[in-house]
Amino acid sequence: MSSSLPYQRTSWVQVTVSLSFAMLLSWLPWHGVGLALRPDFVALVLLYWSIYSPHRVSVGIAWGVGLLADVADASLLGQHAWAYAMMAFGGNVLHRRVQMLNLFQQTMQIFPLLLSSYLLFALVHWLVNESFSWLYFIGCALTALLWMPLTVLLQNIGRPPANQDPL
Amino acid sequence: MDNSQPVRFFKRGYSPSVQIAFFSLLSLALLFMDARYQYLGALRYVLSAFVQPVQRLVTMPSSVWQEASDFLYTQSSLTRESARLQQQHALDGSQLQQVRALVAENQQLRKLMDVQAHSSYPALFAEIVYAERDVFKRKVLVNKGTQANVQAGQVVVDAAGVVGQVTRVYPWLSEITLITDKDQSVPAQVLRNGLRTIVFGSGDISHLALRYMPVSADIQENDVLVTSGIDGIYPPGLPVARVSKIVRDPAYPFARIECEPLAGVDKQRFLMILSGAPVLPERPEAEVAGGDGHLGKRNKASMKP
Repeated sequence: MSSSLPYQRTSWVQVTVSLSFAMLLSWLPWHGVGLALRPDFVALVLLYWSIYSPHRVSVGIAWGVGLLADVADASLLGQHAWAYAMMAFGGNVLHRRVQMLNLFQQTMQIFPLLLSSYLLFALVHWLVNESFSWLYFIGCALTALLWMPLTVLLQNIGRPPANQDPL
Repeated sequence: MDNSQPVRFFKRGYSPSVQIAFFSLLSLALLFMDARYQYLGALRYVLSAFVQPVQRLVTMPSSVWQEASDFLYTQSSLTRESARLQQQHALDGSQLQQVRALVAENQQLRKLMDVQAHSSYPALFAEIVYAERDVFKRKVLVNKGTQANVQAGQVVVDAAGVVGQVTRVYPWLSEITLITDKDQSVPAQVLRNGLRTIVFGSGDISHLALRYMPVSADIQENDVLVTSGIDGIYPPGLPVARVSKIVRDPAYPFARIECEPLAGVDKQRFLMILSGAPVLPERPEAEVAGGDGHLGKRNKASMKP
């Protein structure tokens, strides 16, 4: 599978469009338990690009997207930004290793990255507000489970029509 | 394929560790400024111009659905609704007559006692656009902002009582912190005997708490708490909560008192923002014993985090 990875062909269009879709999904009017369990689509797509296109989506881009997420979620400015930047840093550093693995092993590799981003977010929240919800981390696990379908989706969308070999 | 990667990578910009160091410091600076000093309102305001169109787009299907279901209201439910409303109207009308008489009488008495009359507060109707997407918070955003002269600090109510307070204002939206939010507190008094207290949110959907009430405080289950109005922000007399459970454990200095909000804090679609801040803090009500009340207030103010 790794022989047909499309990361060299990725363009800004793909990155922007996929990130916009992730934002649309994340900013749907979730509430109640659905909100607590909501997978962080933006984080997942950022992580994907930071692994498969590390020279395009680096720490800075993730930070900027996180800043927008901070405004959208009315969290402290820099809270999402820092968490996403850390995650993108992990993705950039580990990108060669993760790309060599199969999808299940990839999930195992990205779960700690996602968890670190969630932990950082929760830590900042806890330091400022002194309150905390364990339900929040179930969302992290759900996000990690979505890695497999997302990777298949983005790899197939990113592939030009002339290069349609089966996965 | 992998061989070409490091070369290209190092040609582009700084290494990830330099970048993460820089952006971590920047995040920390932003967090610190936002949490401590609230200097970043302007930045948030500008960035919201990028975010809000997307949010509007996303909430469009649900609002279209709502409008469609309004349009396709069946006739039977309409007639039922209309009959119910007419009954309610008749009931309200008779009560309103009494209230009018009482208001006139009250004004007369207030004039006699030379106490400043309660001012009325014009209400601005607003619709909830979406709930906050942060599981730790109890906040909603409504569709009126600075364009409609909403100001931070204004009080938000529904038909049954206090829902929350406007905490942040954007051009076309404003953020309302519900009274159930962990950081939100409402100065209140017990309707039955005028005992002053502060209602704290618990971060839970349907629970409020009264902290720092001594074990011997004269408070009972099913007591109704209304805003006291002594803070100069909340208009006096708005229903806030009903006491649901009291645990008086002599081992602790304070009684544990749980309340339920009276307003449909998590149920409403339409809310009213009370504009026109109270001009002056109200005088203490005559029924509260003067010295005792002042002492209690000072204690609470110093205890409030």
